Amino acid sequence: MSALEPMLLTIITASTPLLLAAIGELVCERSGVLNLGVEGMMIVGAVAAFGTAYTTGSPLLGIVAGMLAAVALSLLFGFLTLRLMCNQVATGLALTILGLGLSGMIGESFVGEPGVKLSQISIPMLSDLPLVGKVLFGQDVLVYASFAIVGLTSYVLFRSRWGLILRAVGDNHTSAHALGYSVLRVRYLAVMFGGACSGLAGAYLSLAYTPQWTEGMSAGRGWIALALVVFASWRPGRVLIGAYLFGAVSILQFHAQASGVTLPSQLMSSLPYLVTIVVLVIISQNRQLTKTNSPACLGKPFSPDR
Amino acid sequence: MRKIVKLAATAAIALGLGTGAALSADPLKVGFIYVGPVGDHGWSYQHDQGRKAIEAKFGDKVETTYIESVPEGADAERAIERLARSGHELIFTTSFGYMNATLKVAKKFPKVKFEHATGYKRAKNVSTYGSRFYQGRYVLGQIAAKVSKVGTAGYIGSFPIPEVVRGMNSFMLGAQSVNPDFKIKTIWVNSWYNPGAEADAAKALIDQGVDVMLQHTDSPAPLQVAQARGIVGFGQASDMIKFAPEAQLTAIVDKWDNYYVDRVQAVMDGSWKSQDTWGGMDTDMVHMAAFTNLDDEIAAEAQKTIDAITAGTFKPFTGPITKQDGSVYLKDGEVAEDGSLLSMNFFIKGVDDKLPN
Repeated sequence: MSALEPMLLTIITASTPLLLAAIGELVCERSGVLNLGVEGMMIVGAVAAFGTAYTTGSPLLGIVAGMLAAVALSLLFGFLTLRLMCNQVATGLALTILGLGLSGMIGESFVGEPGVKLSQISIPMLSDLPLVGKVLFGQDVLVYASFAIVGLTSYVLFRSRWGLILRAVGDNHTSAHALGYSVLRVRYLAVMFGGACSGLAGAYLSLAYTPQWTEGMSAGRGWIALALVVFASWRPGRVLIGAYLFGAVSILQFHAQASGVTLPSQLMSSLPYLVTIVVLVIISQNRQLTKTNSPACLGKPFSPDR
Repeated sequence: MRKIVKLAATAAIALGLGTGAALSADPLKVGFIYVGPVGDHGWSYQHDQGRKAIEAKFGDKVETTYIESVPEGADAERAIERLARSGHELIFTTSFGYMNATLKVAKKFPKVKFEHATGYKRAKNVSTYGSRFYQGRYVLGQIAAKVSKVGTAGYIGSFPIPEVVRGMNSFMLGAQSVNPDFKIKTIWVNSWYNPGAEADAAKALIDQGVDVMLQHTDSPAPLQVAQARGIVGFGQASDMIKFAPEAQLTAIVDKWDNYYVDRVQAVMDGSWKSQDTWGGMDTDMVHMAAFTNLDDEIAAEAQKTIDAITAGTFKPFTGPITKQDGSVYLKDGEVAEDGSLLSMNFFIKGVDDKLPN
């Protein structure tokens, strides 16, 4: 039993950044905007969070800064794709490249400096419970936030009027426009939400996961988050399953390697990808349902004047 | 999705050009190609420290340029050629995967001199250089075996290539010289640089009971985890004491400064020749960071080994050494030749991990 608890704690750490970034991108894509710049927004969030926490000594300010920096980047993306109607795929890729370069430049003086670690919140009594205590009640604020965001997103998307409007905009922007909804405003907000979540994911990397700043430390997690959204067929619950599955298999294969399982390590390293894809494909077997979930206007530009 | 990642990487080099040094009357232009970002605080960072050493030494007599995060392969050729075309007279290509690209460009620019790190193919205008990091690993093995209470170290590997396998074997030889039953638990993360995954691997190893951590990957993350979990470890590529003031025992520091300065001097003097350099502790290319959090006695022992390796009186790969499969690698007193070290593709006895074929 005692081996299980640290394993669960590690799985949570590995899954949280993926979950945060993916849930933000999900909302963005549900509104019909494909933002491939998740990796770029994440890394800018990471450096802003690290730098702010490092200079002020407050990880909470760091989180806010990480979020704001990523939102700023997402607004740039929004302006280019929504206002100027640039190609979303190309702009998203450019955003990632910009983010990676920009973060390296901003972070130059932070390389080699130890960071400020986001502390765990311990709920007295509850976090002392055996086995589940630390896992459920001893996490840091971003882990709780990630679950809250998934829950809220799920509720708002499918149980509220706002969600209905957002999905309408993503499925058929012409009709939504004809009904009098501001397609661009909805999309701007969704893009900003995506940015904020990517920023939180980045902050989690540089403040909680590995409290340090090194260039390119996101190491492709933004791309994994993007893939999760598609394989989870744009459903928040499935994104949660996917992110945790990915995290769990990553950690379990490390444990397997350390305890002497002698499968080729290349195979072991690809297991998280394989297992996650297979499971999510099985869940999403119902093609009809997947089709209804996929936003019909994804990636299509919209001009209110036409 | 992979295609997209690649696309992004390709486009990234276009943005990655950085220039240092001021202009003056005909300075010697020296170029560098890095495989990672200079901010990785590891491999590329240390090469960039070497570049800075050149600037510090020669001032406005040199002008240095670097291109960072250049993927190994076709992109490398373009990046190297760009430096050659723009009047760089000496170009350092600092990753194994640049080998063929370097030779190709060198053929086109016979007057430009090239220095390729960790490779083995040379030409009239292409030198190779590398560092005997394994010497440092032997010292780490000795220290680890002395400080470990459980007799097991955690070892995070990047890729099972000769460089890493050699380091692992050397570590085990050092450890076995103290405790013949010493064990390692190994995790391959299949990446040189992924702080998150490195940290996860470190946590998994600690959860399985190891009490010394070492890694052949580039980020300070594993050492940081060691510090957080209250065990000890070693820095890799650069001195990482700031990340683990209570956990780092020492670090193997890649120090290219002397070599780079020498080679620039040689070009200036007109004495540059194609050669192969495999430097170690004797040239300070393998530099051990100060001992910290260590008993004086253990530190003194380790220093003795360092002195012996530096003086050349002791070589880590000296027989008798048995391979994992039980066959003899080196007979009693036999010293390994560089060729067999460079192509090392087997574990020695005592390593439980299996090498993937």
